[in-house]
Amino acid sequence: MTGFVFKRSLQSILVLFVMSILVFAGVNLVGDPVDMLINPESDQEEIERVIRDLGLDRPITEQYWFFLLNAFQGDLGKSFVFGEPALKLIIQRMPATFELALFSLFIAILFGIPLGIYAGLKPNSKVSRTIMAGSILGFSMPTFWVGILLIMFFAVHLGWLPSTGRGDVATFLGIKSSLFTIDGLSHVFLPAFNLALFKMSSIIRLTRAGTREIILQDYITFARSKGLSEEKIVLVHLLRNILIPVVTVIGLEFGSLIAFSTVTETVFAWPGMGKLIIDSIYNLDRPVIVAYLLIIVTFFVFLNLVVDILYSVLDPRVRVKGNNE
Amino acid sequence: MSVVSRNFWNFCVDFSANKIALISFFVFSAIVFVAVFAPLVSPTNPYDLSTVDIMDSRLPPGATNFSGQTFWLGTDGAGRDMVSAIFYGLRVSLGVGAMSGVIALTIGSFVGISAAFFRGRYETFVMRFVDIQLSFPSILVALIIIAAFGKGIEKTMIALILVQWAYYARTARASALVEMNKEYVDAARCLAFSNTRIMFKHILPNCLAPLIVVGTLQTAHAISLEATLSFLGLGLPVTQPSLGLLIGNGFEYMYSGDFWISIFPGVALLVTVASINLVGDHLRDMFNPRLH
Repeated sequence: MTGFVFKRSLQSILVLFVMSILVFAGVNLVGDPVDMLINPESDQEEIERVIRDLGLDRPITEQYWFFLLNAFQGDLGKSFVFGEPALKLIIQRMPATFELALFSLFIAILFGIPLGIYAGLKPNSKVSRTIMAGSILGFSMPTFWVGILLIMFFAVHLGWLPSTGRGDVATFLGIKSSLFTIDGLSHVFLPAFNLALFKMSSIIRLTRAGTREIILQDYITFARSKGLSEEKIVLVHLLRNILIPVVTVIGLEFGSLIAFSTVTETVFAWPGMGKLIIDSIYNLDRPVIVAYLLIIVTFFVFLNLVVDILYSVLDPRVRVKGNNE
Repeated sequence: MSVVSRNFWNFCVDFSANKIALISFFVFSAIVFVAVFAPLVSPTNPYDLSTVDIMDSRLPPGATNFSGQTFWLGTDGAGRDMVSAIFYGLRVSLGVGAMSGVIALTIGSFVGISAAFFRGRYETFVMRFVDIQLSFPSILVALIIIAAFGKGIEKTMIALILVQWAYYARTARASALVEMNKEYVDAARCLAFSNTRIMFKHILPNCLAPLIVVGTLQTAHAISLEATLSFLGLGLPVTQPSLGLLIGNGFEYMYSGDFWISIFPGVALLVTVASINLVGDHLRDMFNPRLH
């Protein structure tokens, strides 16, 4: 077990190292770093001073070393646009992205699991067929376009919900979030629903497949013959066993919600880090781009490491396979 | 009938058993037709500046302009006919999707089959790489490429190829591993055929069925991803307007109620992606031995 964790951690560090080289190469070798790292409005004297300060007159390997050293000290440069440290900008916007991702995960589970169980229990009913057709549609519809439709219908046409921004923010248990105010909730609903749609489709399909398998098991037949009510069978025996695969997938999917929130945040002008990266790419705000990429890659590598380790705890076969390699 | 054509006929009969898949196939064929022959079937050339009149901008669907021309799906902000813009957009979207798909399929099956063929360190290294890459969501891989190396058509292509190749490599390796245990591979080895010949003339054709299934689903995904990138303004340049860019252009006018500018290109995109997905879904069921 320790060996497995050690091996996987080592691999994660290697991935981070390779990614840092890739990002560094992207900034420094493709195009002129002077143009990209220095504010174009500065004069000649300023440019020369910054070149010396950034060490751009040194050999490339030495530059990479300094880039790594600075990154470890949390210094990823200052944003051209905001004039603030890039790292600080991203951390400021992180809570908005996380609350959006969490809330949409909540919506996806809240609707996905009951609909999936229903479709699995009555696979041939009209409602179930509609649910499954809907889930295929949910897979095929591009997220950004659904977002536009939602804004058009609920915000422009009906005028029920606001379409941009984060709304009022309140502090609860030391966490600042718009999930704690009515106004904030009304703002988060549309983007969260938009982001949730894709995940909801996959949770419906997963739950339906699980339900159809489990309903045939002996312990369900036994529970029925004991005379348990149908609600009790579904809520206790079925639900528990479905949750095992669903929960593992949800863990993995949380990361992809964070990644796909870049699109939703842009459509709904949600002030999270996803919108920040898209804006930064537009503005060629290189320090923010580099900082975002390093942070998000670290986040994903860490997430995958945790999921890998949890899997090996839950399923010993994974561990054995890992050791045989 | 020869064996090949009879097999093909049986395949067609099997495929037609599912009505939804059959309809999807015809819909998709019609879309491909429209995309390939866009210059011939479009009412106007939306990018010929001499025929586009700014006076016609943002006309609702079905409106007619002063010279008697009817715009069935309305016009966009620059006065372009939406029908023509969608046809030309489909051409770009499908073209980019198909091209990136073919290149990714080539790279992926080469890597996957050679990994299964040579085994050892090479296989471990390559498949680990595939695993690691697949642990990142596709949009993130694309964003990393575009954020680090900049925008442009070739970067979009690289991003689309990169997010797809790993799926092909994994599929190709899995089916090549099964094929490697079969006698015809031993026979080919006894005849002292070259490794390249065994890999690509003998093993590859037997791995094609699962690769085609993955190919249809991945192409749908690539088209959708390209549209997303173009919508965000990070994909194809304005000179090559794909469906995503058309939707993005319409987004500006949405608050003034001009819904058609972004709705109709979106419907075209949805129908394209959904029809490919439905065909792919059915192909997967057909090739899945557990369901027969």
